[in-house]
Amino acid sequence: MIRLIDIEKRFGPVLANRGANLEVAKGEIHALVGENGAGKSTLMRILSGMFRPDAGRVEVEGKDVTGWSTADAIKAGVGMVHQHFMLVPTLTVTENITLGAELTKGGGRLDRARARAEMKALIERTGLSVPPEHRVADLTVGEAQRVEILKALYRGARTLILDEPTAVLSPPEVNELWRVLRKLRDEGGTIVLITHKLAEVMAISETITVMRQGETVGRLKTANTSPAEIARMMVGREVVLAGGNRQADGRRQTSDRGPEKAVLEVHDLTVAGARKRNAVDNVSFAVAPGEILGVAGVEGNGQTELVEAIAGLRATSAGSISLGGRDITSVSVRGRGDLGLSHIPEDRHERGLVLDYSVAANLILGQQHRFTNRGVLDAKRIADHAQSLITTYDIRPVDASLPAQALSGGNQQKVVIAREMGGAREFSVLLASQPTRGVDVGAIEFIHAQLLAARDAGKGVLLVSADLNEVLALSDRIVVMYGGRIVATVPGGTATAEQLGKHMTGAAA
Amino acid sequence: MTRTKLEEALLPPVVALLIALLVGDVLILSFGQSPAAVYRLLLDGTWGNAYGFGQVLYKATTLTFTGLSVALALRAGLFNIGAESQLAAGGFAAALVGLALPAGVPTLLALPLYVLAAAIAGGVVGGVPGVLKARFGAHEVITTIMLNFIVLALLNYLISTRFSVHDTLHTADIRSGTMPRLADVMPAFHGSAANTVLLVALLVVAAAWWFLFRTRAGYELRAVGLQPQAAEYGGVRVGRVWWSSMVLAGSIAGVGGLNYVLGYKHYYEEGFSAGAGFLGIAVALVGRNHPIGIVIAAILFATLSQGGLAVNALVPKQMVDVLQAVVIISMATAVPEVRRALLSIRPASSAKATA
Repeated sequence: MIRLIDIEKRFGPVLANRGANLEVAKGEIHALVGENGAGKSTLMRILSGMFRPDAGRVEVEGKDVTGWSTADAIKAGVGMVHQHFMLVPTLTVTENITLGAELTKGGGRLDRARARAEMKALIERTGLSVPPEHRVADLTVGEAQRVEILKALYRGARTLILDEPTAVLSPPEVNELWRVLRKLRDEGGTIVLITHKLAEVMAISETITVMRQGETVGRLKTANTSPAEIARMMVGREVVLAGGNRQADGRRQTSDRGPEKAVLEVHDLTVAGARKRNAVDNVSFAVAPGEILGVAGVEGNGQTELVEAIAGLRATSAGSISLGGRDITSVSVRGRGDLGLSHIPEDRHERGLVLDYSVAANLILGQQHRFTNRGVLDAKRIADHAQSLITTYDIRPVDASLPAQALSGGNQQKVVIAREMGGAREFSVLLASQPTRGVDVGAIEFIHAQLLAARDAGKGVLLVSADLNEVLALSDRIVVMYGGRIVATVPGGTATAEQLGKHMTGAAA
Repeated sequence: MTRTKLEEALLPPVVALLIALLVGDVLILSFGQSPAAVYRLLLDGTWGNAYGFGQVLYKATTLTFTGLSVALALRAGLFNIGAESQLAAGGFAAALVGLALPAGVPTLLALPLYVLAAAIAGGVVGGVPGVLKARFGAHEVITTIMLNFIVLALLNYLISTRFSVHDTLHTADIRSGTMPRLADVMPAFHGSAANTVLLVALLVVAAAWWFLFRTRAGYELRAVGLQPQAAEYGGVRVGRVWWSSMVLAGSIAGVGGLNYVLGYKHYYEEGFSAGAGFLGIAVALVGRNHPIGIVIAAILFATLSQGGLAVNALVPKQMVDVLQAVVIISMATAVPEVRRALLSIRPASSAKATA
């Protein structure tokens, strides 16, 4: 039994948690849902001892443990599996799992034989299959995640907190994870699952706690609720869920399209990757005006490299890219932008935004040469530009001088989208890479509408997303990437998650 | 917003200074002196009379150049440890120009030549690590440090074998285009080295501010320093910004050489840089890479260094070096923690949660 009562946590000026309450019963799978920035991860880090709350109480098994350390938490059987893996890539699975709790046989010598035996037993008992002698660097993402879970279990965790565990998994891997979590629960373990994907919540959880803006706003029994109700609680208003409106959106069938000239054409493109493998291997496709071409695939199968190569951010080793019939393979990033290429990058924190720059300054990133008179920035035009985009795209708070850092994930993404699609920006092709990652349900709705509007305005859209539902809901045509190659091309209207899922793991190849 | 920004900018240096004074107290007491007496002497010897103040201004001038140099590179995400040799190279180049100029060339004509020569020399010394970084990914900390040795040794060689006046380690006197001392206008400054290169420094400060915050090149340079990947995405050629900002940083440090060569001694002397390039790192750190902050920090460090001479009668002047070190260490480490702690106890009303 875990109880968090009236938790408050502040980071500088940002209130991450306030009046947050959570009750998790022993032996249940509990989903903690909320938009990005709702304070889910913070709350769980308080439970797992990484943060100390500013106010409120944490109780585990009836004992007040407020402000305990991660070491205390692990001792009490509470372990957390983080969204970003905390593993040492060059060490083996066994070494990673025993790290910090190594078995020794006196004199500081490692007891490898016993570690091996324990590892074997642990893997058998939990059904989490990973090769214990392999280096973590050689594992798939799904396997690495299993190592994280094993690490927590090895330290005796009876309560497991998982932070967005499915973000990097393919559908079969997700099913495998669910199987393992149910098994752990059946053996008396308690699971807290942080997520913002409603389908997952419905599939696996028994009880749900919804968070909004740092507060817990409701506690539901999964059996008695619906995705629509949860979404409404997360956002605080009615939302239209993507995927619910398939076919009703004027999606064009492949056959409607005549021999239109492609706006974006990629021909035999190859991009070198690590370890002498090609990250993108001989890929060809074309995007027609007024078409959304979806790229499905488990992350790490070359999608990132493909998009960056098209955007001019990554060198190609063979093949060509053309934009509106013009070969742009060796054109600079700025040149491509001037020729009509817009790009919503997959990582807005690294690439899409300069977080310390103001919203206004971010709204001209990549366009700075258009807001300059003889090398001097035109402050007035930059301010006007910002003001008009902030209004049109409903970016909040309405203050162009705030650093981008101070905005929520959804609003940050709106800044990127406003810049790449809005105002006087003329583009014929939009690269949208993970356009709704880490943004809240309300903003997802908005972003999807923007992508559809771009398509309807005759732009070519290349949509890359790890969210299969997003690809299915929006694409006119879908290609599946696996191991750097396109392994399947299917019409968007008739594709199913199961069908794509098979291709995504290479099983159908 | 501006209030918190200002607070954020000023709090760390002020706290660092207070910590330094506290450490100073302990040191002074351990020498059996009264802290109040020593600090009074320090202030009297610097701000208390025109000569002392002139010396502070003179030292602050060089530090402003080297501090700006380090700060500009840092804004582009590069650590310029080479301001020392860039400064020396700039001074040397200016001296060479001075030796070549006939006597009687008016200052207004000669000054641009001096500035250009010093800037080119410093720019070359700064540009080499910049190009190595952009082209081969060589780390600029390593290359600028190593280049310091090479350039300083080369200058030493040139001076001792070719350009020095017999039995000295300095060149012959420059006869034209030297900069007037402040004492020429205000006799109270008599004897102090303060000179009108100070005005050049202020001009460069203003230009640096304008460049960083008002021009497209400055926008792109700062973007590269903050997030190179985002800059690259924004069409900025990161490698080009790297080498060009190092050229610029080097040339600013180079022009700093004029303070000694044109304003004070009127010749180049081996070792004149005397650590001013390295102290520039501290100036940039305490001045938080902002041109205005750098002027203030340069005055602070100049005061400490001149003050060290003033208090020598009571305590060893090295005590002031310790104080400088404490300021630097507390800026670099302790102070962000202090600031975070102070921010977290601030009342909730001033907070604006946006996430």
